[in-house]
Amino acid sequence: MAIPQNWRLQNQRYRLTGEVCNTCGAKLFPPRDVCPECAKPAYEPFQFAGKGEVYSFTVLSEALAGYEAYEPYPVALVKLQEGPLVTAQLTDVDPQDVHIGMPVEMVTRKLTEEGEDGLIVYGYKFRPVLKPAVNG
Amino acid sequence: MKPIRDVGIIGYGAYVPRYRLPASEIVRVWKGGDGDTPITEKAVPGPDEDAATIAIEAARNALSRAGIPPARIGAVWVGSESHPYAVKPTSTIVAEAIGATPETQAGDWEFACKAGTEAMQAAFGFVASGMAAYALIVGADTAQGRPGDELEYTASAGGAAYIIGLADESLARLEGSYSYVTDTPDFFRRPGQEYPTHGSRFTGDPAYFRHVLAAARGLMEQLGTKPSDYRMAVFHQPNVKFPERAAKTLGFTDEQIRTGLLADVIGNTYAGSSLLGLTAMLDVAQPGDRLLLVSFGSGAGSDAMSFVVTDKIAERRDRAPFTQDYIRRRKVIDYGLYVRYRGKLKMH
Repeated sequence: MAIPQNWRLQNQRYRLTGEVCNTCGAKLFPPRDVCPECAKPAYEPFQFAGKGEVYSFTVLSEALAGYEAYEPYPVALVKLQEGPLVTAQLTDVDPQDVHIGMPVEMVTRKLTEEGEDGLIVYGYKFRPVLKPAVNG
Repeated sequence: MKPIRDVGIIGYGAYVPRYRLPASEIVRVWKGGDGDTPITEKAVPGPDEDAATIAIEAARNALSRAGIPPARIGAVWVGSESHPYAVKPTSTIVAEAIGATPETQAGDWEFACKAGTEAMQAAFGFVASGMAAYALIVGADTAQGRPGDELEYTASAGGAAYIIGLADESLARLEGSYSYVTDTPDFFRRPGQEYPTHGSRFTGDPAYFRHVLAAARGLMEQLGTKPSDYRMAVFHQPNVKFPERAAKTLGFTDEQIRTGLLADVIGNTYAGSSLLGLTAMLDVAQPGDRLLLVSFGSGAGSDAMSFVVTDKIAERRDRAPFTQDYIRRRKVIDYGLYVRYRGKLKMH
């Protein structure tokens, strides 16, 4: 992926910034500027908390090019607390320990490296919740 | 050194990766299974971790404790000797990830293992001068030792972040700091080299002990404090033996250094080392406790700082995971997996 394309996706990738629909209040991730619920404009940025649970998952043992370092690795559909389903790699977990309903939290990690002299691409992954925060 | 306005720490956060390499694995592979080890095990970063990702998580924990909007952070300074890029700041990645951009200062700091405390001192001055309401500093590393070298037992990964602000908002108030620096070539890495070179025994008396002891003594003399005035103390921990000897020489007890001495179970996290010791101490500190931090960076120098914990510690410390939560989260790996995770296999 070219440098400008990666750069444009930074806010959603680094910190899970989506959008909220001004009309019906639906939370959108990834941001797409039009609400999929009511088809009205949705430009307001919304910061997701990064908490959710595994809705479904699979384990990739034949990695995509650029992801060989993590093989085999789990990829999950994560149901965010605020509603949206996000596809993401799971990290800091052994594939056999992943289960549907597992509470997870967002972390920012290396997604891939574009060769030894190219860009290091960072973005969200999810891992088992380390410790529930007491005072938020 | 003490700034004209009183400043302190308003939030702090730790991070230690999940994987552990027991020192016995290095002995098995390189010493035929027989030999003494300087620590029990060290923290190893996962294949998707580097100094930037470690810094981001530590910074998020510090922000949770500080309870301030990230946009009010006026400086993001990351100290490391393993910045992911040779040219391109780690600090801008961290600043973007926590939401401190674009109206902020940002920069990367280097001074071997004291890159983080050096940034911390500067942040105290930056905030005290009124240049920023808050400053974020991080010490984070994914240190590398040449395979088979004695450094490989301890070179590990981890980091800690601090948000600096004015004293009335602080959970620990700065009493003063003192630095002691000379040109001492005990450990260095030339450009383009994968692994550092160290002076072996030369890293002890002329380097670590000279600077750590002088900085600690200089600070206590300046403040009129003595070892017994401190509830807890942390000295940079390249292993277990060095900080233990430094503490004993200065007159600190084993009890005073126990909480912050993490090297036996996570290794030497370089720029994270003394700063992680401080997060571990803040995790259990009580209002009124006086804490001492003494860093050491090869090349060489030490920063010593004295803090007094305030009553704000109680309401803030539960807002993020404790240092020991990360230390307890551990998966032991063998030398083979370590070699894979650290990219030591030539694949092309």
